[in-house]
Amino acid sequence: MNDSTHWLLGRLDASALPFWDALQHPTTKNVINAVIASGAASMVVLGAIAVVIGLTWTRRWGWLWREWLTSPDHKKIGIMFIALALVMLARAVIEAVLMRLQQAFGLDGGFLTADHFGQLFTTHGTIMVFFMAMPFLTGMINYVMPLQIGTRDLSFPVMNQISLGLTAAGAAVVMISLVLAPFSTGGWTGYPTFTGHAANPGAGVDYWIWAVTLSTLSSTLSGINFAVTIYKRRAPGMSWMRLPLFTWTALCTAILMIFAMPPLTVATALLALDRYLDFHLFTADMGGNMMNYINLFWAFGHPEVYILILPAFGIFSEVFSTFAGKTLYGYKALVIATLAIAVLSFTVWLHHFFTMGQSAHINAVFGIATMLIGIPTGVKIYDWMLTLFRGRIRMSVPMIYASGFLMLFVLGGLTGIVLAVPSVDYQVHNSLFLVAHFHNMLIPGLLFGMLAGTNFWFPKAFGFRLEERWGRRAAYAWIIGFMLAFFPLYALGVLGMPRRTVAFFTPAYLPWTLTALVGATIVLLAMACLVIQLWVSVRDRHLNAMPIGDPWDGRSLEWAVSSPPPEYNFPVIPEVYGRDAFMLEKERGKAYQVPDEFPDIVLPANSPMGVIFAVTGTAMAFGLTWYQWWMVLLAAGITLAAVIARGFCRNTTRTLSGEEVRRTHLTWLAQVRATTPVARSREQSTDNRGLPVPPVEGAIQ
Amino acid sequence: MPLIAGCSDAHLSFLDPQGPIAAAQRQHFWWVIAITLTVVLPVLVLTPLILWRYRYGGRARYRPQWEFSLRADLAIWGIPLLVFAVLATLTWRSTIALDPYRPLVSDQPPLEVQVVGFDWQWLFLYPEQGIATVDELVIPAGRPVSLRLTSASVMQGFFVPALGSQIDVMNHMVTRLHLEADAPGVFPGRNMQYSGKEFYRQRFVTRALSADAFADFTHQVRAQGRSFTPEVFSLLMAKNTHAALARALDGTETAAITGRARQTDDAGSPADDSTPLRFKHFPSGLFEAIAAHRAPDWSQDTSSLSTTRPLSPDSLLPASSPLSIHPALAAAAPTGATP
Repeated sequence: MNDSTHWLLGRLDASALPFWDALQHPTTKNVINAVIASGAASMVVLGAIAVVIGLTWTRRWGWLWREWLTSPDHKKIGIMFIALALVMLARAVIEAVLMRLQQAFGLDGGFLTADHFGQLFTTHGTIMVFFMAMPFLTGMINYVMPLQIGTRDLSFPVMNQISLGLTAAGAAVVMISLVLAPFSTGGWTGYPTFTGHAANPGAGVDYWIWAVTLSTLSSTLSGINFAVTIYKRRAPGMSWMRLPLFTWTALCTAILMIFAMPPLTVATALLALDRYLDFHLFTADMGGNMMNYINLFWAFGHPEVYILILPAFGIFSEVFSTFAGKTLYGYKALVIATLAIAVLSFTVWLHHFFTMGQSAHINAVFGIATMLIGIPTGVKIYDWMLTLFRGRIRMSVPMIYASGFLMLFVLGGLTGIVLAVPSVDYQVHNSLFLVAHFHNMLIPGLLFGMLAGTNFWFPKAFGFRLEERWGRRAAYAWIIGFMLAFFPLYALGVLGMPRRTVAFFTPAYLPWTLTALVGATIVLLAMACLVIQLWVSVRDRHLNAMPIGDPWDGRSLEWAVSSPPPEYNFPVIPEVYGRDAFMLEKERGKAYQVPDEFPDIVLPANSPMGVIFAVTGTAMAFGLTWYQWWMVLLAAGITLAAVIARGFCRNTTRTLSGEEVRRTHLTWLAQVRATTPVARSREQSTDNRGLPVPPVEGAIQ
Repeated sequence: MPLIAGCSDAHLSFLDPQGPIAAAQRQHFWWVIAITLTVVLPVLVLTPLILWRYRYGGRARYRPQWEFSLRADLAIWGIPLLVFAVLATLTWRSTIALDPYRPLVSDQPPLEVQVVGFDWQWLFLYPEQGIATVDELVIPAGRPVSLRLTSASVMQGFFVPALGSQIDVMNHMVTRLHLEADAPGVFPGRNMQYSGKEFYRQRFVTRALSADAFADFTHQVRAQGRSFTPEVFSLLMAKNTHAALARALDGTETAAITGRARQTDDAGSPADDSTPLRFKHFPSGLFEAIAAHRAPDWSQDTSSLSTTRPLSPDSLLPASSPLSIHPALAAAAPTGATP
């Protein structure tokens, strides 16, 4: 590296290439690792090239720009969030399988180097939390919540674009780190002093810091956006006790995001000050104390797990009620429980470090507070069971996920209680028992919830149903794969196997790691089933089309509009007369009515702000990671200029004429009248055009 | 747990407890599971039944508007609340009883041991005995052990599952832990907190000896152990595995390993991990110096400490030493020449 390129490239040089180390030290293990890392890097590069060629070939750049990238429509932003989450899910699942493969052969060695393994568990955790789970649930809330409360968009559509842009930038940084390595080996928690400059001066931790910072900024903005929208933009008559439960969980999640995300933004920013400007906030000397980081991290981290789980609870509430053909049991209890969980989630963070040496009384208090959360959660579980009780349960794909959730999640709750007892936690802390526990919460909880939600609302978003057979296969493979992959980790944890260990020297672990590998393979099959399901569904989209928009006999307002919904969602903002607003309309024969008049509709205009933030965010993070200061300054300058320029922008809305809305709506209503309603027994057949015959009380169907 | 009991690796887990703390933890573990199952089991049993009985096309009652029952609500709030109350009581008591900082009740005074976590070895200092060991904690069985712990590197987690709790080990800070072994035996221990690429090798063995054997062990080490020189200290501070450290101290690869961490690939065979590293003295106040970020004071060491028991000539001979009762220990007797 000479001085003439140093200003340009910073500390980036050839050693960042994933195969460089193997060229320098061509041992067998290094070569194997270089092949794996280079393969992953070339997937990123080839994937990007394929997308560019594909878009150019089909001349879709303009379409992509106008219809998607600059669209302020909450529905399109939601879909883009979920698409991003699915891409990142694919990468992180492959990493998980690689880690299981390594540990299955990990007795006395294995095939991965310790550094490679360290990057795998760090990227896996970081991606799954910040770039899979967060965009997935943000996308879900984005898409569904405004439809459920009967509004046309979020309160701040451009800020919504910026949220997406920032998350996409963070994800891009993590993807770039595959090509220009390394990523951090400090785990998704990134505890100093290990992540300090003294122990880890390389670029890896900096990649992690900036990727996470981008993600937390994005989520804070999303939280504000969701909360304000729910507070201010509910349809007339949509009082608090009439909100669909998914919207309730969205509100609680949004509040948690507003309060829990900034501590992590601050923590990573302070860690960056330590690393870049030689502050001593979290170092071991000069008055620093890494315990402060750990407290800040979990002040974010524990509410975060409820950010992850609450939207899934909301989805399951909708799924149970819809597919049991029954009103939700204990709506008020469910709302109170959700609020209780949200509040309590801020009171338990210390249980993440019972072993850090604080007094027994403090540990006991936080252990008991943790168990307290078990009460509202348990109530929710029983409320869902009572929702199913005396219902008419259709075992559709979302119901399979939901049933799997119900039974597996309580096992995770059980092990959570075990971990919450400090005297027992001293034994299983930092072991694979812990890893098994939080995967047991997040896979049957969060991921099954999101996949159930995808199967549930996909026809709403795209106008055709997802194919059912492959959906069932995916669901069962997820359930079985999860059990085989993670139940053995409970045993390994009890046997004292630590998390994050590349290899081990205890033959007794081997049968368990091998079983876990079988489970991971089945999870990989489940992923394949999901891909096939999507492909088959797109292929048969005309057969499975359901333009009327209510394929499952839905209960809340999103089912009252066509599929896909018009960009303005509702031609006329609906009035709400009770809980389960659309079900009530249907029962009273008031659904699909012609409004008296069609006023003009004002919608937010397209804006490039999200794209600008995505590009400058990526550039700034990349420049900061590799010390390319010119790029940081340039990106910061462009961001600032764009924000100021936005302030001068006068054409922030556009108006749709009432006449045009009237024509579209009447065409759809004519289609509704011409469609034969379909009974629930034919729900999964091609007869289902999205107009249901509701089940009748007391009837045998 | 037959699968655990039947495995070849002895004393891996607190489910096979070898001390009073681990035994209490095993008991708590099963109690907590049993109590919590009272709310979990109904879900596991009733969910499939409900799914089947109220399936679409079945003939069970259908009440689409039914949304509340006071009795059901009392049960679903009341029973978890009751279970919570029981668990909370258990948690409060067990947490205070098993506080790692709480000295164990015993008619014998505890053995003081100071523990320093390095990358990637454990150094054990025995201030009363004046000896030090690396990756080998030797304790008398049936007598409490009082540990003070610090890290010379990043955060680590000190853990002997068969004996009791784990505790975090942090730079510039001292944590405490109390353990006890019921009977002589060998128990694996390790670092639980990821600390870099050789983290997975950062293991140690805990050997509990009878009181006599322990006394003999300390005398043997005082007589035959290695010297704790500044070179030893700088090798510990450099990032090394146990095997690399052992080779360096035995003079074979000194040049190769100081300064930089070695490649994982060509780190030595597993046998090297068991090379015993025992020191007949160490600088006085070494633990306090490390914890306070001071340089060790090399002018004074523990070799001047008075021993509590006269050295028997027999104990110097491995063949007739009580140490040979424990094959693992006999195999690990010092081999290399003392520097």
